[in-house]
Amino acid sequence: MGVEETLGNNVITTSLDKVVNWSRSRSLWPMTFGLACCAIEMMATGAARFDLDRFGVLFRASPRQADLIVIAGTVTKKMLPVIKTVYEQMPEPRYVIAMGACACSGGIFDTYSTVQGVDEILPVDVYIPGCPPRPEGLLYGIMKLQEKIMKERNSFGSAIGIGERISEI
Amino acid sequence: MANFETMTINMGPQHPSTHGVLRLVLELDGETVVKATPHIGYLHRGIEKLSEHRTYHQILPLTDRLDYLAPMHNNLGYVLAVEKLLGLTDAIPERAQVVRVLMAELTRLKSHLVWLACHALDIGAMTVFIYCFREREHIMNVYEKLSGARMTSNYFRVGGLSADLPEGIEQEIRQFANDMPGHIETYEGLLTGNIIWQKRIQGNGIISAEDAIDLGVTGPALRGSGVDWDLRRDEPYSGYENYDFEVAVADGCDTWARYHVRLKEMRESCKIIHQALDKLKPGPILADAPKVCLPPKKDVVNTIEGLIHHFKIITEGFKPEPGEVYVGVENPKGEVGFYLVSDGSPCPYRMKIRPASFINLQALPKMVEGSLIADVVAVIGTLDIVLGEIDR
Amino acid sequence: MSVQDAVDKLKAKFGETVLAVSEFRGETTVVVKKEEIVAVCAFLKQELGFNFLTDLCSIDYLGQAPRFMMVYQLYNIGTHRRLRIKAAVEESDARIDTVSGVWATANWLERECYDLMGIVFNNHPDLRRILMPDDWVGHPLRKDYPVQGPDREPYQGRLQ
Repeated sequence: MGVEETLGNNVITTSLDKVVNWSRSRSLWPMTFGLACCAIEMMATGAARFDLDRFGVLFRASPRQADLIVIAGTVTKKMLPVIKTVYEQMPEPRYVIAMGACACSGGIFDTYSTVQGVDEILPVDVYIPGCPPRPEGLLYGIMKLQEKIMKERNSFGSAIGIGERISEI
Repeated sequence: MANFETMTINMGPQHPSTHGVLRLVLELDGETVVKATPHIGYLHRGIEKLSEHRTYHQILPLTDRLDYLAPMHNNLGYVLAVEKLLGLTDAIPERAQVVRVLMAELTRLKSHLVWLACHALDIGAMTVFIYCFREREHIMNVYEKLSGARMTSNYFRVGGLSADLPEGIEQEIRQFANDMPGHIETYEGLLTGNIIWQKRIQGNGIISAEDAIDLGVTGPALRGSGVDWDLRRDEPYSGYENYDFEVAVADGCDTWARYHVRLKEMRESCKIIHQALDKLKPGPILADAPKVCLPPKKDVVNTIEGLIHHFKIITEGFKPEPGEVYVGVENPKGEVGFYLVSDGSPCPYRMKIRPASFINLQALPKMVEGSLIADVVAVIGTLDIVLGEIDR
Repeated sequence: MSVQDAVDKLKAKFGETVLAVSEFRGETTVVVKKEEIVAVCAFLKQELGFNFLTDLCSIDYLGQAPRFMMVYQLYNIGTHRRLRIKAAVEESDARIDTVSGVWATANWLERECYDLMGIVFNNHPDLRRILMPDDWVGHPLRKDYPVQGPDREPYQGRLQ
């Protein structure tokens, strides 16, 4: 796809992009959005044994200060507008991780009140299966997201207002 | 003429201190709470409806996800209810009962560690959170060695256990139960004498014994108001009558009393774990009911009866006779009960779960009226609610 | 006093209202008429000491008349005895009096019953939906409500 308005593709802009991508991916600040059992494993990942702080990950309570939302747990139809509101309050660039079988696809709850996967309303970047996924699984998912962010192009340009950020699918 | 209006603010469903997706609508007069209304249902997954379309064995993993901080207790309650429905309660072998008590008490420790971690974190003591989760990792190691999963274990089966204890696990649990009282001393050293902790939780969240019984509160929240009632001692199940332990009761009716009740329960759990490990003797782990209990894998592979029973139980399920039972167990949160109605088919006709946290949460508006808004967080912590159980 | 004595006293006081008494696996169940449920519950609480309402639910017997059955699990904290009271509710008049005046814990339990099963409780202080969203149509726990919801195709690969 042709992108006209970027800064160009020379070694200076790609190095600047790399710096921006590196700094974004090494300091992802998720919002505390634990819904159900996966939230407990997320807390265990943040605790002493599988430390998340060494990845630069710091849990922020307010969506205005976060750039990652980890949907950990079952999403119900009653909770769906709340998730949408909170996601819209997050500033760009923002990423979504769907943690656990319930967030990926509804899990074992194939019922009237469960949304069959949070990707019905949110654009998910990384899916982490498991019920609940092990803390190592969440760490692997975050590392995959870091790789995905490193592959983005025109991040510096979009940060200063020229062109859009291009990320791989 | 004085004409003041109250301010209505919304707390949750996304909030770091509400222990899940709980929404509280608070009416405030300045900083004092005039009225608090909980709104729940943000995690309603339809487990009761789903269980009408699953066989009795298939419902067991669903019960793990109810109170996901004490999964083995939910398993235990459900399995005891199905065994009572089938009339198998006396046929459960001794080794299975001892392991059930052992794992139930380890689960109680696990749940109370999360309670202490989150309660302290909400009030501001972050070190306790890190320490408690470190201890919890030992219990999760035991869970993983037994059942394969750290949290949602699905370890018990109708008629006994799914697998026997692996080698070396008794030594590991004994070491943990020896070390745990020392860790509880550490937490007490950080919290009990701390003037900030005392000022935050003494006199907070008061509920009298009559109100608590009328509102249906059970568990440590009730025992902190002076009511001496514990299902493990008063209606023993799974061999609890053979263990020597004290029931923790305190008279203060406030958060401080409930804090001491739960700490004492943690110490008593360590005692029960030691007694259970001493009682462990070799023996069978499944009751002798081939039409109901899933046979062990070596029988399924080597004998034709094992194969046929396994096939029929998995594809068709077993059919209990029509009837209804109710069994309640002493979950760390309170009394969790399972009411099963059977009409002779492989799936229950109706399964109703008595959720301890749902009924305890009803007491929240009464406990919080008239206190400051910062105390609401302490009351949510002391009630120890789990939204998975409230919303099912 | 044992549960049998309590049931005998209940029968002596209420006579015609007590429709049936049964026992299964050591648990006693008493079926009463729904019109007198508050009087029966108040008597059980004040005279016979069943001061704790453990649980309250409803069962949908689709295809039978009466369609719904309200179930109350009672407990006596002093003597550790359990008793189950049931009251039948017809589909055409799915109303029953609230017992939240007798035990305050019945408040939310009856709201859940109304939300999921559609039984209306007379004189309830605050009858509205509790688990489903406020604008939900239908009562999910009824037997004629599909488990996957009315807007999805049912999964074809199941036994029942």
